[in-house]
Amino acid sequence: MNKQINRLNGGLIDHDQSLSFKFDGKRFQGHPGDTLASALLANGVRLMGRSFKYHRPRGVLTSGSEEPNALVELRSSGRQEPNTRATVAELYDGLAANSQNRWPSLERDVLSINDLFSNFLTAGFYYKTFMWPKAFWEKLYEPIIRNAAGLGSITGEDDPDVYDKGFLHCDLLVIGAGPAGLMAALTAGRAGARVILADEDFVLGGRLNAESIEVGGVAASDWAAHALAELSAMDNVRVLPRTTVIGAFDHGIYGAVERIADHLPTPASGQPRQIMWRIYSKRALLCAGATERPIAFSNNDRPGIMLAGAMRAYANRWAVRAHEQVAVFTNNDDGHRTAADLIAKGVHVTAVIDTRADAPSVDGTELFAGAQVIGSKGRLGLNSVTIRTDKGFTREIICGGLAVSGGWNPNVHLTCHQRGRPKWDEDLAAFVPGDNLPVGMTVAGAAAGAMSTYGALRTGAEGAIAALSDLDIPAGVPELPEAEDSPVKLRPFWHVSEGKGRAWIDLQNDVTVKDVKLAHQENYVSVEHLKRYTTLGMATDQGKTSNMAGLAVMAELTGKSIPETGTTIFRPPYTPMAMGALAGRAVGKHFHPVRETPSHKWAIEQGAVFTEVGDWLRAQWFPKEGETHWRQSVDREVLQTRASVGVCDVTTLGKIDVQGADAAEFLNKIYANGFAKLAVGKVRYGLMLREDGIAYDDGTAARLAEDHFVVTTTTANAVLVYRRMEFARQCLWPDLDVQLISTTEAWAQYAVAGPNSRKLLEKIVDACFDLSNEAFPFMSCAEITICEGCRARLFRISFSGELAYEIAVPTRYGDAMIRALMEAGEEFDVVPYGTEALGVMRIEKGHAAGNELNGTTTALNLGMGRMVSKKKDCIGNIMSEREGLNQPDALRLVGFKPVDPGQQVVAGGHLMKADGPVDAAHDQGYVTSAAFSPVLQSSIGIGYLKDGAERTGEVLRLANPLEGTEVKVEVVSAHFVDPDGGRQRA
Amino acid sequence: MIIDHPLLGPRDAQEFVYLGDATLIDRPDWQAENAAEAFHDYLYLRDNPAGEHRELWYHEQGDRSWLVVTRNTLTHEITSVELARDVARARGRGR
Amino acid sequence: MHKLKAITPLGRTEPKTDNFTGLSITENPARALATLTARLGHETACTAQVSAFIGCDLPGPGKSVVGETYGAIWIAPSSWMIEADHTGHELIAQELKPVAGETASVVEQTDAWCRFDITGSAADDLFERLCNVDVRAMNSDTATRTTIHHIGCYLWCRKAGFEYSVLGPRSSAGSLHHALVEVAQAVCPV
Repeated sequence: MNKQINRLNGGLIDHDQSLSFKFDGKRFQGHPGDTLASALLANGVRLMGRSFKYHRPRGVLTSGSEEPNALVELRSSGRQEPNTRATVAELYDGLAANSQNRWPSLERDVLSINDLFSNFLTAGFYYKTFMWPKAFWEKLYEPIIRNAAGLGSITGEDDPDVYDKGFLHCDLLVIGAGPAGLMAALTAGRAGARVILADEDFVLGGRLNAESIEVGGVAASDWAAHALAELSAMDNVRVLPRTTVIGAFDHGIYGAVERIADHLPTPASGQPRQIMWRIYSKRALLCAGATERPIAFSNNDRPGIMLAGAMRAYANRWAVRAHEQVAVFTNNDDGHRTAADLIAKGVHVTAVIDTRADAPSVDGTELFAGAQVIGSKGRLGLNSVTIRTDKGFTREIICGGLAVSGGWNPNVHLTCHQRGRPKWDEDLAAFVPGDNLPVGMTVAGAAAGAMSTYGALRTGAEGAIAALSDLDIPAGVPELPEAEDSPVKLRPFWHVSEGKGRAWIDLQNDVTVKDVKLAHQENYVSVEHLKRYTTLGMATDQGKTSNMAGLAVMAELTGKSIPETGTTIFRPPYTPMAMGALAGRAVGKHFHPVRETPSHKWAIEQGAVFTEVGDWLRAQWFPKEGETHWRQSVDREVLQTRASVGVCDVTTLGKIDVQGADAAEFLNKIYANGFAKLAVGKVRYGLMLREDGIAYDDGTAARLAEDHFVVTTTTANAVLVYRRMEFARQCLWPDLDVQLISTTEAWAQYAVAGPNSRKLLEKIVDACFDLSNEAFPFMSCAEITICEGCRARLFRISFSGELAYEIAVPTRYGDAMIRALMEAGEEFDVVPYGTEALGVMRIEKGHAAGNELNGTTTALNLGMGRMVSKKKDCIGNIMSEREGLNQPDALRLVGFKPVDPGQQVVAGGHLMKADGPVDAAHDQGYVTSAAFSPVLQSSIGIGYLKDGAERTGEVLRLANPLEGTEVKVEVVSAHFVDPDGGRQRA
Repeated sequence: MIIDHPLLGPRDAQEFVYLGDATLIDRPDWQAENAAEAFHDYLYLRDNPAGEHRELWYHEQGDRSWLVVTRNTLTHEITSVELARDVARARGRGR
Repeated sequence: MHKLKAITPLGRTEPKTDNFTGLSITENPARALATLTARLGHETACTAQVSAFIGCDLPGPGKSVVGETYGAIWIAPSSWMIEADHTGHELIAQELKPVAGETASVVEQTDAWCRFDITGSAADDLFERLCNVDVRAMNSDTATRTTIHHIGCYLWCRKAGFEYSVLGPRSSAGSLHHALVEVAQAVCPV
């Protein structure tokens, strides 16, 4: 067992319990309350990763979600997650993590040779270096670069965990549970408001848990725990730990990811790993705190060099020292706290190096005021730093850890998600939230530039009171606990110019001061260009610790101030999130809901093959034993239907009930053809146009009563047609008395087609209803009963061209009805047919469907030009008269047969004259639908041909230049079967 | 975004389907002399302002009301929400 | 009685019940439904006539009522879904038609919908992860259209915090049931 050589006493960890974990296969011990990073540090592990580009050895820089360096692969197989920040990975027993971007091992990484070629790999190198020969880029350079670069890997296995989505509502969302957030939540909670308090950490309190200070006379962490206990006891407050608010969206909507099970080996049974919350807030108070920024100096990336606030947090909260000997490098008073806290914890602080000549004195260690760190030494970890004193001497300071503080940046990220721009605060030398915040958002605490504990508590309370006052919720001013209120004392200092090594700004993207200079030299001076040219601020940390230094260096080079230089603004997500959380439960076969037809269960019993039509699952064909190819099943279904009778579930067609005194007039307006004169008990085909005159959808309308129609739509357009009808009703003709309601789902509807369809139906339709051709001719409809009294609707319509009906019963009886139809049809050798046979028969009959109503075709193209009534107002009729849509040689729907019966008509092919070039200029039209007709024993197609009505008998070439095929086809009538319609009228 | 439905109160914009410029309500008279031209303008000449815009939204996952929403396309601020049917009547589309 | 045997939206002969700690989800095929929409200019008469017949006032936007025999939820301006027991009221549309007369359009909707009754103290936790309705602020006798797993549904609060019904399109009963049950497993500790 490894000893935790850097473990101190105290902190918010449970020293009595041990957790065992592995890093790169090596076993270690930690305690509950540890993060992977704190536990590794406790065990003396400083080297945690290799850098992105140069494979430089790197250690942990921070103690929070802004971490750029300590990225690991956590877990294994399907759960393996790359680029997990060790600083936020909560330790659990059995945790296994591996370092990334190294081979064969973290200590001996072959690609660290890149570091020697760093002169060739500077910013923008791939824009310049790999330009020739061009073909090498895709085949050679890019694969090599991609292999060498990049961070963690995934296994490619499916993620076994589930993710939930959820929706929360509140008066006040408090983002961040540090002193400001806790005080705000207490204030609002006590006022009775609905409050959500979300924090990314697993122990709430923010810096209160990381400092050695007191609040209200007790240890700050105890005060936080008490506040939390009070909040947890309030019914109107919801506390969400381990929850990152990832984005601020319009009108007070926030996205938040709650990590339910990331601190466990696997989620509990049935539990999601994470929940993506959509939070609807009336007001939001951003209490996101601040992030410390480093000072760049030569070789400032050695493991052991970390932010001062992080080193202090490791000592105070996690009872871990970074090393037995540490030094501090700072430009502000806050850095001195680290020295004081560590000394108090018994850590040997070898020196405090302060860039300010007037730095305050420190007890217990040597102060170098007005000094700078100009270099560091150590191979896989820091051994010492070299400093230049104010007198100009150099000195070597022995230290295995260096705490660096360049000041703190308010976490303004969420204030920018609606394109708000932060503004510069000269005293803090940092950006603070600007004036154009997302609607409903205010900011408190360090995020607003109130850097002291008392300042945070005060602004938190004030922020809550102001937000609630907007909502007319009175909130009492709370008594604020006593807390430190020290001012920020800082002299901006961004990078040390002196030094032999590279001074790193962006540790995650290996961007140095020199890279920024190069960008400037090449005139990429705008911050947006700087970012893209150098990759500064990209990747998982989005430059949380680096953007400011990059800006500062660019400001120096251009001679402008930092605010003049500009700032990049931020986009969601605030920190990286799992794609699974965005997907929620909509994965795999649950990606979208399915819609099952009333005969679904029965069709499964028949072994049907299903196809997806939108969300619907429709039987595509019903294979019989011995059939090995779908064509065998489909041909049989077609032939048997045409020879006797077939049944097909057509429930999926949209059905819209149209009623009202003006129902007929309304249909007149939405259909191109007329409906006013349709008799009760009759059905009519209807063609809908778009307002621009293009055919939109078709179907039938059955008149059940003077003021009552049932309209059918195509399956695909059911929702769209309903929407357009509502538009027409509410927006175009608001005073027509018409009521619309969808009844698609209410009725199970079957097509019964074929010469024996009447005989079949007569067996199940109750005897009092006469189905004879005289009593119930083609295009009739009626409300009837079947099977001894079940109410039903019968329509005599035909899509196949055969004598055919559609019969509908309430959906719950649909399963029984298909069984009844099959049983009654047994003597006729009834066959169930699927959508494939349906398609073949409609092509044989020359009926247009979705392929023909393709968004470019007019009624004229469809051969229905004369149907468009000119005597009434209807959607599309004016524009359908446009000259361009009415050329004498306009496309017309016709049929095609291959001249050589052995050849195939292919949908999508374009038609060319028998002789002449094959190109767009000579295009004669195109084939929209094609099938093998078992009746004609030939491939057939329908499609659009210029002046097609006049070209019957002409032989054309059907060209498919993509695949290099050409088939000679003859122009025929689109009605291959029963062209005079005798069968459907029989 | 949140749309404050005149009947149902604040609702998530996800429940709505967007159509666009509310001038689509002003469908021209089919019998007018210049009907072809008017329909051309109606269909193809719509404003797409960066700023305040009156738009049609359909509460499809709701009560099926068409709404006229006055929204700033730059800030997404919504200043007014009306039932489109009322707007249509006010614009003379009633009987 | 006719010879066609009904199946439930989940394709069973008997309704399905799923029980969890603090929650039960029960398929309820035993209610008949019809939509009632007032005709233009007859809104007042329609409301009066039908309210008198069903024994309670037709509710306003977002509201629902439950009477002795009939219940109603508001679904659109001057439009309601009326419900009653399937047994005895299978022909609810035909019952309402003569009541409303020329004042309304009535459409049978019984089998357009599947219905799941959700009862138990974990109901709010369940809906919080299924739809964007502020379910914890929902009052008894309210109903709203919402989306659950991309499926347009009505969420009907019968007793705040405890008793709800979800009406979804019947063809998606399987997907809706799957969504309810999966999330119920997540919110109800075993």
